[in-house]
Amino acid sequence: MIGLAFIYAVGGFVFAIFALLAARDRRFANAAFWALIALSMWAGDRLGDLGNGILAIALVLIAASGRMRTQVVIPAEAGISGGGKTGLRQETPEIPASAGMTGKGNWLFLPALVIPVTALVGTLVFKHFPDIFEAKQTTLVALTFGVILALGICYVWLRPRPAEPFAEGGRLMDAVGWAAVLPQMLTSLGAVFALAGVGDVVGQIAGAAIPGGSVIGAVIAYALGMALFTIVMGNAFAAFPVMAAAIGVPLLIHQYHGDPAVIAAIGMLAGFCGTLLTPMAANFNIVPAALLNLSDRYGVIKRQAGTALPLLAVNIGLLYWLAFR
Amino acid sequence: MLVLLGIAVIVAGFLLRFNPLPVVIASALVTGLAAGIDPVAIVAAFGKAFNANRFVTVIYIVLPVIGLLERHGLQQRARALVLKLKGATAGRLLMGYMLFRQLTAAAGLLSIAGPAQTVRPLVAPMADAAADAQVGEADPLGEEVRAMAAATDNVGLFFGEDIFLAVGSILLMKGILEGYGIVIEPFHLSMWAIPTAIAAFLIHGFRLLLLDRRLKAKRK
Repeated sequence: MIGLAFIYAVGGFVFAIFALLAARDRRFANAAFWALIALSMWAGDRLGDLGNGILAIALVLIAASGRMRTQVVIPAEAGISGGGKTGLRQETPEIPASAGMTGKGNWLFLPALVIPVTALVGTLVFKHFPDIFEAKQTTLVALTFGVILALGICYVWLRPRPAEPFAEGGRLMDAVGWAAVLPQMLTSLGAVFALAGVGDVVGQIAGAAIPGGSVIGAVIAYALGMALFTIVMGNAFAAFPVMAAAIGVPLLIHQYHGDPAVIAAIGMLAGFCGTLLTPMAANFNIVPAALLNLSDRYGVIKRQAGTALPLLAVNIGLLYWLAFR
Repeated sequence: MLVLLGIAVIVAGFLLRFNPLPVVIASALVTGLAAGIDPVAIVAAFGKAFNANRFVTVIYIVLPVIGLLERHGLQQRARALVLKLKGATAGRLLMGYMLFRQLTAAAGLLSIAGPAQTVRPLVAPMADAAADAQVGEADPLGEEVRAMAAATDNVGLFFGEDIFLAVGSILLMKGILEGYGIVIEPFHLSMWAIPTAIAAFLIHGFRLLLLDRRLKAKRK
């Protein structure tokens, strides 16, 4: 069966090389951080729950030490005409313009497109071979194949030194830094919250805050609760069970006889509006800011607020009109 | 009530702008202790979930390919391509990308695009180039266009994926409602995601048109 084990083997390999290259540059905090992730990918299932917990704490300690460094620090105003704008174009200033436009032409897009196309085709094709591919993981497996295929094409066509793709990838990885594991950490925090019964308490408070007999009041409390709890947890999946238990099921469905499908579906989407607004959803909001070299790490969230807030209002309206038709 | 201290820790950590990773661990410990759970059991519960969710961190395996192609001028190519297109504006370009992202996500293809795979190497430089062409020089909005490219990717993904039947959130909703004895077909959940998907496209699309208007106003 080709599934998670295969994905983690490849993932561990890539992170191990990132670690070796960082160690070569004497950036030992980065090296240790990526090495621990490689260890987690390769041996996570053998470390035991406590071992994995200690590994996670070790990652946090390295990040908190503040010793992780990006590879090349380029001054924000690095001599570019037009000035004041940091980012994509200045990032590799050492490359002459001619090198930037090698004779490869638009064929250069091909290896980049191999990854999504393989992920697309693989997802559709692999489903028909459940004996070979783990059914739940077809997209990630296909994506992994796409990366290997694209990398193979790059090696044959562009003839880089063997370590070159990983050195370039490591440059981007170091720009992402510790934010790379924040989503995984937040999911783990969600597990501890569930164990401690945080959801029940939040639910009781939310339930107590609604004026009795008001359908629109309950709808608003439910939708805002989804968004707010998602903002705190960084994940609408953590908010949904809480708000369903507090307001969705007892009030909106049982007491006011709303349509359960509408209440669940649009409630979840109200939570997604919260996801757009929170740095806790790091992989969507903080990591892209790092990848795009934005000077404001909340830059993406600020652009999203103008869509998320009106859309939350629309969701409240849709909930009210569609669930109680 | 004491278990809510963990949420207070997160909010305080965010307001004080601490590194989020130690804040998360502190919140887990505070919450667990407040609930009377043994510290070793807290670390084990944390570790178990950490291990089970490693797949969210696997996406970074695309970086070697993207990094190498960038070294060979992928971003410059993306810019050059956009400059050849007549009538390409940052707003229209991003609107096209949002439509693509929503439709593919609705078909269950969540991982084929994203900040590392498509936004950084292709979408952001293209939008940037279009904005520069609109203004007639390096556009004065600075990072805003690139931030908008990442935002557009998120909006398209979030409000497309729930139309797909087998996405995680649909299965989660179905499972939780079943716990209350309410049985719903995934199809009905995904159907009711469509009105919000349309609203998201209209609202964000309108903001992209406003972006174009602001760029036009700055034209020299």
